Amino acid sequence: MNKANEAEMMIGGDIFVNALIAEGVEHIFGYPGGATLHIYDAIFKQNKLQHILVRHEQGAVHAADGYARSTGKPGVALVTSGPGATNAITGIATAYLDSSPMVIITGQVPTALIGNDAFQEVDAVGISRPCTKHNFLVKDVKDLAETLKKAFYIATTGRPGPVLVDIPKDVTINRAVFEYPETVEIRSYKPVVSGHLGQIRKAADMMLSAKRPIIYSGGGVVLGNSTKELIDLTRLLGYPITQTLMGLGSYPPTDKQFVGMLGMHGTYEANMAMHESDVLIAIGARFEDRVTGVLEKFCPYAKIIHIDIDPSSISKNVKVDIPIVGAVDQVLQDLIQTIKETDQKSDAGALTTWWKQIETWRAKNCLNYDRNSPLIKPQFVLEKLSQLTEGNAFVASDVGQHQMFVAQYYQFAQPRHWINSGGLGTMGFGLPAAMGVQIAHPDETVVCVTGDGSIQMCIQELSTCQQFDLPIKIIMLNNGYLGMVRQWQELFYDKRYSHTYMEALPDFIKLAESYGHIGMRIEKPSEVENALAEGLAIKDRLVFMDFVIDQDEMVYPMIAAGKGHHEMLLSPERELA
Amino acid sequence: MRHTISILLENEAGALSRVAGLFSARGYNIESLTVAPTEDPSMSRMTIVTKGTDEIIEQITKQLNKLIDVIKLIDLTEGIHIERELMLVKVNVSTAHHREEIKRFVDIFRGSIIDVNETNYTIEMTGTADKLDAFIKTIDSTLILEVVRSGILGIARGSKSLHL
Repeated sequence: MNKANEAEMMIGGDIFVNALIAEGVEHIFGYPGGATLHIYDAIFKQNKLQHILVRHEQGAVHAADGYARSTGKPGVALVTSGPGATNAITGIATAYLDSSPMVIITGQVPTALIGNDAFQEVDAVGISRPCTKHNFLVKDVKDLAETLKKAFYIATTGRPGPVLVDIPKDVTINRAVFEYPETVEIRSYKPVVSGHLGQIRKAADMMLSAKRPIIYSGGGVVLGNSTKELIDLTRLLGYPITQTLMGLGSYPPTDKQFVGMLGMHGTYEANMAMHESDVLIAIGARFEDRVTGVLEKFCPYAKIIHIDIDPSSISKNVKVDIPIVGAVDQVLQDLIQTIKETDQKSDAGALTTWWKQIETWRAKNCLNYDRNSPLIKPQFVLEKLSQLTEGNAFVASDVGQHQMFVAQYYQFAQPRHWINSGGLGTMGFGLPAAMGVQIAHPDETVVCVTGDGSIQMCIQELSTCQQFDLPIKIIMLNNGYLGMVRQWQELFYDKRYSHTYMEALPDFIKLAESYGHIGMRIEKPSEVENALAEGLAIKDRLVFMDFVIDQDEMVYPMIAAGKGHHEMLLSPERELA
Repeated sequence: MRHTISILLENEAGALSRVAGLFSARGYNIESLTVAPTEDPSMSRMTIVTKGTDEIIEQITKQLNKLIDVIKLIDLTEGIHIERELMLVKVNVSTAHHREEIKRFVDIFRGSIIDVNETNYTIEMTGTADKLDAFIKTIDSTLILEVVRSGILGIARGSKSLHL
C-alpha cells in the first residue's frame, strides 16, 4: 500500500461515524461501554452527529423507535456489548412487532475473543435473530461501511423493521479506506412495490358489488405514508372505515365515515359493522388477535380483500379471498384509478340501509362514561387533552388502560403522532419514545400518557430529559393499580387482585422536582382542564402531571377472551349523560 | 401432508440458524434438513422435509422467503421430483452365515460394501427414504452397530430447476 492510500485510511470508529453522516443520520441514542470506546471517541471528535445519552439501553432503543415512528426516518441506537446488547433486546423486539425502521449497533468483544466467554460477551446476533428483520456481525473493517449501508437499506425498505449490526472492538480501531456506497444491491432481497393489476381489478369489482362493506386499515398505512390515498379511497367509496390501534391518525377521526377503532377495546359500531359486513377491505393490517377476537367468530359473512406489503401477513390468521401484495400507496393509487375508470357503480340503496344500521349501533354511544363522578375519570383527562391540543400533539403512551383510553378519546388529526407499543405491549416504552419524538420535533408539543405502573419501568429517563432539555408533558393516570391486569382480575378472577396493587408509590412530584422538572398533582375533576392548560403552556420545561384517578374505572367496551366482535361488554355508564 | 422444500440461500455464517430458528420459533416441524454449498460457493442448497396442513406449508414458504438470506425456494412436492437419501450402516458380521446373508441383501438393495474388517461391514446405500427403511427392516436388527443417514435431497424432474 502506498503512502497516499494510507493517508485516506481511517479507523473503524471514524468509518462508523462518517457512514452514519453519509446516510443522513443526525441523531443517535446510546450508552457507552468498553466495546464501543473507539466509536465514542470518534463521536467526540465531530459535531455533525448528535448523540443523546440515555440512562438505560432499553431507553436508547425506545427513543430511537419514537424518533423513527414520528419522522419515518430510521432510528439509530448504539449500545455496548454484553449487558448493553441484552438491555436493548426489549426495545428491538418492540420495534420488530410494530415494523419500525431502526438500525441498532452493538459493540462486541474483539474478534479474537469471540466465543471465549470474554468479559461482557454475548452472542448479540444469536440473541437478536428472532426479533430483528436481519442482523450482521462485521468481522473486517473493510466490510463496515457497506454493511451499515445494507442495514439501513433493509431497515427502511419493504416492510420496515429493526436491523442489528454487531461490531467487534478491533474492527473499530483497525483501518480501511472509507467509501460509503450510494446504493446497495442484495440479490436475495427484492421488496415488492406494485400490486398485481389483475388482483386489483378483481378487488375493485368485489368492493363495488358489496352491500355491507367496511374498510379496516392498520399501521401499514402510516408506515407506508399512504394517508392521502386511504382518505381518497374511503371518500370515493363512501364506505365506513375502522382502524386498528396502530392505524389511528391516518384517517380524520371526526369524519362521519370513521366508526372508530376496532378490536378488544374498539367501538361497538366498528365491531358490529365488522361482524355484519359482507366485504372486508383490509389495508396494511395484519389480523392480530386483539383485533379479530376469536377467529371462529370473525366476520362470518365477509369476503376479504387484503392489501399488504408482506406476503407472510396474508392468510396467516384469517384466510383471505383476494390478496394483493404491494406497497400500500401504489396499490391504493391503482385501486382508485381502477374504480374511477370502471362503469360499475356501488349499490347506493344497499349502502343507505347499511349506514342506517351503523347509525343505530353508533347511537349506543359506547364511549360514554360517568361525567358526574366526584373522582377524576381517565376518559375525561384524555378528552380534555384532545380538545386542548386539537388532536395535533404527539402522544406517546405506555401500555395498559391509559393506552386504550388514549386510543379511544384522543382524536389524532395526523399520522405519525400516535406513538405506542401495539404489538409487543412494552411497558416502559412511553417516556423514552417521547424523548425520541421531542428530539426529532423540538418545537412541537410532545405528551407522554402513562400509568403509575408503566412510568416506573423507565423512570430513569427523567434524567436524560433534564440533560437534553426535553420539555415533554407527562400525563400520568395514577390509580395505584396495574389497571389493565386488575380489570381482568375483576372481570374474570372474582376480584382476586393478585399483585396488581402498587403499594409504596413514590411522591412523583418530588421525584420529578429532584430531576429538575415541574411536578403537578391533580385530584379533582374541576381542576383537570386548568391543570392541563397550565402544563401544556409551559414550553421549556418537562411537566410531570400526576392525575389521581378513579381506581375502579375500567376500559369499555370490551371483547372478552374467546368472544367475537358481536359479543361486546358495554360499560354500565353508556346510558348516562 | 409431507412437503419437500428446496432452498437456495447465501452461504454465510448464521444462515442455517436463521432457517432452523424460524422453524422452532414458529412451531413448525422439521423431519430432515440437509445443506451444503453449491457449484457457486457463495450459495448453499438446502432441502427441508416438513409436515403440515396446506395453510402451514404456505406460511412456511412465505416465512422462509422473508428471510433476507434466502435467495429462492421451491416446494418440490408441487411437481414431480426425485428424492434421494444416502445411508451408511455398520453391521456385525462375525459369522460366515451373517457375511453371506448381508452381502446378499446389499446386492438385492443395490448397495455396496465400502469397508470390511474381521467383524464388521460398512454398507453404503442410496435411495428413497422408504427403500432405506425397508433395508433396515430386512436385516437382523441385532447385527446393526450404527446407522448414519444424510437426510433427504431433492430435485425437480424435467427442465424445471432452482437456480439464480
